[in-house]
Amino acid sequence: MSSTPGPNEPRAHEHGHEHNHHHDHDHMHPYDPNHKHPNRPDQDDSMTYYKVMESAVRELLIEKGLITAEQVQRQIEAMDERTPANGARIVARAWVDPAFKQRLLESPKQAIAEIGHDIGPMHLIVLENTPEVHNVVVCTLCSCYPRGILGLPPDWYKSRAYRSRVVREPRTVLREFGTEISANREVRVHDSTADMRYMVLPMQPAGTDGLSEEALVSLVGRDAVVGVVEAGKGGQGSPAAE
Amino acid sequence: MARFSVGEKVRVRAAFPPTPPTHVRTPYYIRGRAGTVERICGAFGNPEELAFGRRYGPKPTLYRIRFRQIDVWDGYQGDAEDCIEIEIYEFWLEPVEQERAA
Repeated sequence: MSSTPGPNEPRAHEHGHEHNHHHDHDHMHPYDPNHKHPNRPDQDDSMTYYKVMESAVRELLIEKGLITAEQVQRQIEAMDERTPANGARIVARAWVDPAFKQRLLESPKQAIAEIGHDIGPMHLIVLENTPEVHNVVVCTLCSCYPRGILGLPPDWYKSRAYRSRVVREPRTVLREFGTEISANREVRVHDSTADMRYMVLPMQPAGTDGLSEEALVSLVGRDAVVGVVEAGKGGQGSPAAE
Repeated sequence: MARFSVGEKVRVRAAFPPTPPTHVRTPYYIRGRAGTVERICGAFGNPEELAFGRRYGPKPTLYRIRFRQIDVWDGYQGDAEDCIEIEIYEFWLEPVEQERAA
């Protein structure tokens, strides 16, 4: 009997049956101090092909004096500063200022610059939800996302399940997010396949007309700007609280 | 110049490039389907060339095409007005002849 079997070899312990299955605990056995399972593999120790490539290119660029390590660091910090709070500020301003809303729909980049946010080279299209139309955004080909106003996409947005299902059964997927769209309200799916990026301008929740712009910001979560929930209806919580 | 105008009916080519390596931005599920031009986005670098480092070719016009979901999926469950809008480059589109006899 080997004392250190490999991860796929059967372990030396008592089973009352032929032991040629994977070593998950789909079976019960009494406590045995000699009974060992392989450790779960670490997930942080592998230099994949692309990680090696990234390190090599970055180090070469720095070595040749084309960029500095500080520039790389500053860019990473700038990316980390993009959060759903930016999207929430845009939406709240559009709710309190109809002229701003009009400019936002017509030329998003310029309108968003008015509130001190630069969306960079992103070509943004703003999709207004109305009592007649509910908009929802997906990228079926990969995970295109308006990072300039929402930061990094959530894992579900990148999942194969969301990407394949929301285009063909959007009402069912929305229901799973807790969003029921009435039968005669159009559901409009936007597949972000190329150079455009999208944000949904959700409807202002009923009964919030008297609230300040600051208070309205806290009603707008990331998921409302992707279009899987309506504003003020939960989702991932308010960005102001994050 | 854009070949198609807003509101025009167009069909996505039912092309399935056979030999890798290729890079295609027109989703499989929409090939061969007909819709209408929702807007003209402008001219952009062709990703099917950019993917291979070829950066200096002509820039095709990019459109947003609106399709009715019931025209896209067999047995679509939802409102007849539900639609899907997709960005598609001009060379993937062809004109739809006006259907005779409705």
